[in-house]
Amino acid sequence: MIQIAILLALSVVGVAMLLSLWRLLRGPTAPDRILALDTLYVNAVAQLILFGMVLDSEIYFEVALIIAMLGFFGTVVLSKYVIRRDIVE
Amino acid sequence: MNYSLDLLLVILLGFGSFFAFLGAFALIKLSSFLRRLHGPTKASTMGVGCILVASVIFHTFYGTGLHPRELLIMVFLFLTAPVSAHMMSRATLSLMGELPPRASRLPDPDGKVREDVDNRNA
Repeated sequence: MIQIAILLALSVVGVAMLLSLWRLLRGPTAPDRILALDTLYVNAVAQLILFGMVLDSEIYFEVALIIAMLGFFGTVVLSKYVIRRDIVE
Repeated sequence: MNYSLDLLLVILLGFGSFFAFLGAFALIKLSSFLRRLHGPTKASTMGVGCILVASVIFHTFYGTGLHPRELLIMVFLFLTAPVSAHMMSRATLSLMGELPPRASRLPDPDGKVREDVDNRNA
């Protein structure tokens, strides 16, 4: 029962990643694309955690942690670039 | 015991994936950027939080014992989600030009969305 639930959650989160990828490709302004990328990495963290539950492995925890940290820095740096048109001042 | 544990895990996974889907659906459904900002920043952190709690419980009872390391990701996401949402809203305000006058009255008491914010329809 729990394996079926994990697989269903994997597919639902995958559909959510596809929806945010659609907004990332289409998004009319730059902040839309930044927001879509933010949603995409948060969903990727969830997907990796679920994948680690499927394989009953704890390796994917480090991957998810690094994606969470670097994704936050990416969001902040892209927003700073949109605000100032420059990253290193 | 085992049945109720599985039930708890299924409920947590269902809540988590539902909220993650809701955040991405709000991302494509809503009309302007400042409306779209609401959905993912709240729903996705809630969804990932539920999934991480489910992972902690799963690895405690079906894996190698209690290692609540996933709570680290949860705390980090809960700390950084408002900061990144704030940075993105400042980015879109800077694209709109200068800040509107009388910024202290930004939440409209009539509940209407101001015209100069809402003319950025997709």
